[in-house]
Amino acid sequence: MTDPARISVDDAQHLVLPNPLRLDSGSSLENVLIAYETYGALNAEKSNAVLICHALTGDQYAASENAVTGRPAWWPRMIGPGKPIDTDRYYVISTNVLGGCMGTTGPASLAPDGAPWGTRFPVITIADMVRAQRAFIAALGLESIFAVAGGSMGGMQALEWAIQAPDQVFCSLPIATAARQSAQNIGFYEVGRQAIMADPEWLDGAYLAAGTKPERGLSIARMAAHITYVSEEALKQKFDRGLQDREATSFSFDADFQIESYLRYQGRSFVDRFDANSYLYVTRAMDYFDLETAYGGVLAEPFRHSPVRFCLFSFSSDWHYPPAESRTLTRALMAAGVEVSHIEIETDKGHDAFLLEEPVFESALRGFLEAAAEKRGLK
Amino acid sequence: MSLPRHLRADHRAIASRVPEGVRVLDVGCGDGALLALLKSEKQVDARGLELSSELAGVALARGLPVVQGDADTDLEVFPDAGFDVAILSKTIQSMRRPARVLQELGRIAPQVIVSFRNYGYWRRRLSLLANGRMPGSRIWHDENVLHPATLRDIVDLCDTLRLDVVASADIHNGRVGEFRQANIAVLNWTADEVILHLEQK
Repeated sequence: MTDPARISVDDAQHLVLPNPLRLDSGSSLENVLIAYETYGALNAEKSNAVLICHALTGDQYAASENAVTGRPAWWPRMIGPGKPIDTDRYYVISTNVLGGCMGTTGPASLAPDGAPWGTRFPVITIADMVRAQRAFIAALGLESIFAVAGGSMGGMQALEWAIQAPDQVFCSLPIATAARQSAQNIGFYEVGRQAIMADPEWLDGAYLAAGTKPERGLSIARMAAHITYVSEEALKQKFDRGLQDREATSFSFDADFQIESYLRYQGRSFVDRFDANSYLYVTRAMDYFDLETAYGGVLAEPFRHSPVRFCLFSFSSDWHYPPAESRTLTRALMAAGVEVSHIEIETDKGHDAFLLEEPVFESALRGFLEAAAEKRGLK
Repeated sequence: MSLPRHLRADHRAIASRVPEGVRVLDVGCGDGALLALLKSEKQVDARGLELSSELAGVALARGLPVVQGDADTDLEVFPDAGFDVAILSKTIQSMRRPARVLQELGRIAPQVIVSFRNYGYWRRRLSLLANGRMPGSRIWHDENVLHPATLRDIVDLCDTLRLDVVASADIHNGRVGEFRQANIAVLNWTADEVILHLEQK
């Protein structure tokens, strides 16, 4: 911990980016703070770094308990000693995204005037998140990373990394993701944003200064989004039309059904750990993600002859980012002359499958990384 | 048993038809054994398509780029002339739409290598004549073969798809014969299994 830029807050590691961060919107941010966690050790050649990108509501605590909320790690199945992303072998780095609320600069951070940014925070994009990560990686003293991996929004970042820095990424693993946010997904996230903004406690985004929180709006946003993360089959197996602690329907608007009770719980527990404005900004960044339009309507264009080796994973029952999205990407990467693999995992667990027990997914990802490590000359 | 040795002989024979350093797509690549052989012996740029995600995962671990998918529907992900050689080993008779698959292979690569069991082989003809039952290792409705085509059937199809037979080899009990410009009508009687090396006209 000799690096003066590194400070310790709540046992979390932070680093201030040395230069202002230029954003797609045209504005720029100064003194951007990046909160991160690392697992494993960097080798002498500095060639074994693996960057983990989190999804919408994830954070930097991919493989360790969240020091702020006490919640367990979100990807412990995948990262750790002897795990597919083996911390005995790789130096695993995970950052909280720009616009997030777990320590990295976002709308809940203080603006230069000393008050929380709120909705004065500039609208950010997935590309901005990756710019922040690249500046962070450089500030750590790394010239390149061996792999970048992430699911959902993390997968968008894995794609964006390969576009922005093809010579600094050996392989990219975009998981359960898409090259462009679908109208259906924009629609679902718009419902969430409207729920937040309709909450009287939102106060046009200035709720932090007023010492309050749009908890009801944020919790409804989470409830709506959560439905898209699970499959109909999984909901049927888990709840079906089961009643919650009662023998019959109550002829009221109580949570009669288990699914209602479950979603209410998901919503309630979410508001303790997530900032409502952050939810607006991060979902907006996903809405704006569209590699096809960004590169003249040809998805293959940004990947043309890229040296990055891609390994895509999709899940059969995922209707948030269906396998067809990954197939479209695969086709574009093939057309771009890029080395690409795509494995579609048969599962009934829906979008969240990438976070859950999926042995074929885990062994295939392990195999891909091991083979790539051999090509890269990693011990 | 004789099956793995048989497969290896099949693979070696196919490999002998693949030039050095070319781009190869193996459709139904399984665990990637053939691609691995081609990569080590011919330094090809090897890619695979495999239906089973378990097997595709094994191929990935060999360092082979693999797309998991169904040859009947997913060949569209591969670009026109994206490869020099496309290989379809022992699966054409299991395809729902074999004509469409062969056409797609011709679109993807100027050279196509297919291997299959020949239902025109005299023992099979005799078996059908004598027993009145379709020849095969299992009962007909269990058999994975949807289209028990003969060599002549498949060559006729290649003809309509403008794919020329450059050379062919027969396989008996795991032993592969020489590749040559054989008389198809004769080979249709004598070959148990066949490997065809096809080229676009």
